[in-house]
Amino acid sequence: MTKNTAEKIMDSKSIKLALNRICHEIVERNVGTSDLAIIGIRTGGAYLAERIAATLGKIGKTKIPMGIIDITLYRDDIQDKLDQPLVQETSIPFDIGNKIIVLVDDVLYTGRTVRAALDAIIDFGRPRSIQLAVLVDRGLRELPIKADFAGREVTTTQKERVEVHLKEMNGVDEVVIDRSGRGGV
Amino acid sequence: MKNDITQINGKIVDPLTGYVGKATIHISGGKIKKVDKRPKSISSGKKSLNLDDLLICPGFIDMHVHLREPGREDEETIMSGSEAAAAGGFTSIACMPNTEPPLDTVGSIEYVNDRSMVAPIKVYPVGSITVGQKGERLVEMQEMAACGAVAFSDDGYGVQNNDIMRRALEYAKSCDVPLISHCEYSDLAAEGVMNESFISSQLGMKGIPTVAEELMVAREIMLAEYTKGRVHIAHVSTAGAVELVRRAKRAKINVTAEATPHHFTLTDDEVKSFNTNLKINPPIRGKKDVEAVRKGLKDGTIDAIATDHAPHSVEEKEFEFDYAPFGAIGLETAVGLLVTELIENKILDWPTAVNRLSTAPAVILGIPGGSFEIGAPADFTIIDPYLEWEVNPDDFKSLSRNTPFAGRKLTGKTVMTIVDGNVVYSML
Amino acid sequence: MSLKIRHLLGLEGVDADDISLILDTAISFKEVLSRSIPKVPTLRGVTIVNLFYEPSTRTRISFELAEKRLSADTVNFSASGSSASKGESLKDTVWNIEAMKIDMVVIRHSAPGSPHYLAETCESTIINAGDGAHEHPTQGLLDMFTMREKYGRLEGLKVVIVGDIKHSRVARSNIWGLLTMGAEVSVCGPPTLIPVEMEKFGVKVYDDLDEALMGADVVNILRIQKERQKSGLLPSMREYSRYYGITKDRLKNLNDNFTIMHPGPMNRGVEISSEVAEAPYSVILPQVTNGVAVRMALLYLLSARRGRVNEE
Repeated sequence: MTKNTAEKIMDSKSIKLALNRICHEIVERNVGTSDLAIIGIRTGGAYLAERIAATLGKIGKTKIPMGIIDITLYRDDIQDKLDQPLVQETSIPFDIGNKIIVLVDDVLYTGRTVRAALDAIIDFGRPRSIQLAVLVDRGLRELPIKADFAGREVTTTQKERVEVHLKEMNGVDEVVIDRSGRGGV
Repeated sequence: MKNDITQINGKIVDPLTGYVGKATIHISGGKIKKVDKRPKSISSGKKSLNLDDLLICPGFIDMHVHLREPGREDEETIMSGSEAAAAGGFTSIACMPNTEPPLDTVGSIEYVNDRSMVAPIKVYPVGSITVGQKGERLVEMQEMAACGAVAFSDDGYGVQNNDIMRRALEYAKSCDVPLISHCEYSDLAAEGVMNESFISSQLGMKGIPTVAEELMVAREIMLAEYTKGRVHIAHVSTAGAVELVRRAKRAKINVTAEATPHHFTLTDDEVKSFNTNLKINPPIRGKKDVEAVRKGLKDGTIDAIATDHAPHSVEEKEFEFDYAPFGAIGLETAVGLLVTELIENKILDWPTAVNRLSTAPAVILGIPGGSFEIGAPADFTIIDPYLEWEVNPDDFKSLSRNTPFAGRKLTGKTVMTIVDGNVVYSML
Repeated sequence: MSLKIRHLLGLEGVDADDISLILDTAISFKEVLSRSIPKVPTLRGVTIVNLFYEPSTRTRISFELAEKRLSADTVNFSASGSSASKGESLKDTVWNIEAMKIDMVVIRHSAPGSPHYLAETCESTIINAGDGAHEHPTQGLLDMFTMREKYGRLEGLKVVIVGDIKHSRVARSNIWGLLTMGAEVSVCGPPTLIPVEMEKFGVKVYDDLDEALMGADVVNILRIQKERQKSGLLPSMREYSRYYGITKDRLKNLNDNFTIMHPGPMNRGVEISSEVAEAPYSVILPQVTNGVAVRMALLYLLSARRGRVNEE
């Protein structure tokens, strides 16, 4: 996307504040529980999950189990796409039975990715509950899914793109909206 | 259709003198009366043909054709095969005996003679060498020859027993007809379906080694020498076989040979398509073999071009390569391949080409034709050597469609065929 | 990311990118197989027919498992007791099955070229599960996956295939795939069991086992069939076993960290000793496990290649 049409709606500082707030909200909501676990959705959600798990660990002075899932195999649009994303590894190195899972993704949009992630998690076992944490909720849901914890809510149209850039992937922490009309994420 | 052409004006190819140029041919009673290279006047009218620059050749003779009558009339009949031959430019054909039942009796020879009386071209039956083509007992060669068999062959199979072939060569001397040998030792060929080479190794298919053919070619040559008999090697396909025939001729042994258009055109890497129309016996060989066949045709080691026209029904060929029958048709593509592969590449000039397709077969089989001599039959093949066309099997007059050349662009086509002074096929 | 090939008819001519994509994808599927519920909904609604004209237990089961783990619907068709035994042609059999609305056909047949024939005459995606002695591409893929899993690479790996190369589709597919991926391949066997002009494949040819194994990393042992002795290609199984059978003492020339492979089923005591088959350097059982993962990856990648529109 071109620099002129991209509008930065969050910078490195606001992302850090948002993630911090989300972590405290998670703690508040699940006070007294020792069964918390974080699962991040590849790719952006996985890096965010790492950060959230680390922060939660500092707050509670305990190590929170963390996993990463690749939802490619659970998508509902596989048969349409001639060009497929590369299937990458899923790694859940703990027993999810009876755990309170906080599912983490970077952008919540139609809700289909989260639906696929729910299917994947349930194939691994039976968690006590699943909560959803996202950095950006851009609306336009196509399924009845809502975020329990959101960093920022923005109103967008289908033509616009929301991109989360993270230090681990893109070298910088920022969230940009491309309102030029090229559509997509 | 009794047109009774009396005069043809055009460009003749004379295989005996090498003359390629304008001439007027005068015809009377179905035979050549005179050939005028400097005609005083050119008449026109219903009984005259003015063919400008089209090439007029003595009628082509295909000495190796499979008509599937009696037995498999769904694949080809004497009539349909003759119509295909006429369309291809052949005025005479020799038909092979591996029918059902085979042509191993006087009765079967008479049957073919009978059925071919109404055919547009001349059909000469070839009898089998052994009863039932089983390779055990000789047929009544003298009776069958007297009845019209022009040669004997167990084609479809090689005669496996060496002694039987020896006796056959000796006995055939009494009828003065050639034995046509399909050279294939079945124990070496075993269950092969294609040429044995790197290609068959790649495809994991059983191969027919060149020695399966060459070993029997060597045998025929040595037996011909020993018995002073006359042998003709059918469908030569390997470089080794060509060389064996070359040396035999140098030693003045009475051996002649033929090669098919697919053996001077295709190489075995084409079989990687698994197209069953490429499943032929002898199989399509490698590049060196194709080059040797071409060289053999050029220097006269190989006397004749014969198509080995082998019709098979669509249903039979629509099987996995291993299970499909061997054979490809060829009557209607022979002239196109001759021009495109041999004339245009200057491997043969026109007089030599006509010799291979007309004169030599006539001499080998002892039938009339093959020249413009006075008294020769008024059989002519008229070719447009520049006509470009694409092979479309649905256009064939043959009842079968199994050609390896479907879709191929060729140059050169027969535009008219004349037998005994009558037009039997014309595109004009 | 998607495959260039539309069918898997063989490994000859499949480029390195496609092979790498299949092997990389198989890693994720191997993880799926290790879960307590080893199933993903990815090929839900896709119908796959296993058309086996030749008897086969392990390959068919492997494909069936791969298909079921992907939630596809599978149909098995074996030649005996089918219309094929009544003389129905291959084309008619598949057309009839296709009329029941299927997506993919996995075919094993004794005649080389059968999968190619189907690819030309039918609409479905075709996967070759073995056509005569010609190719067995999924075996080649799972063998390469197994080697790559152990060594981290295929390039420069020295692989020796020992046995009846002439009649082996496993050998041919392995040779094509390994050469494409940059491995060095040799073959070893009695001369009557080596195909004509074998060097033209790009491999070294040996008839002496000790010489062949010198400095090799991987030995892939092929099964020797008793019919070869009957058809005059071998004097006796005893001699074959003595000169080409892999026993522990034969392994001394191999590189450190060598691997023994076998596509199965094994003739213990003939081409491979029990001791070698069960040793830690033998990956025969991992080959089987990897087979399901590799086939899942292949089915997944080819299925999307069809571009079937989701009914939703």
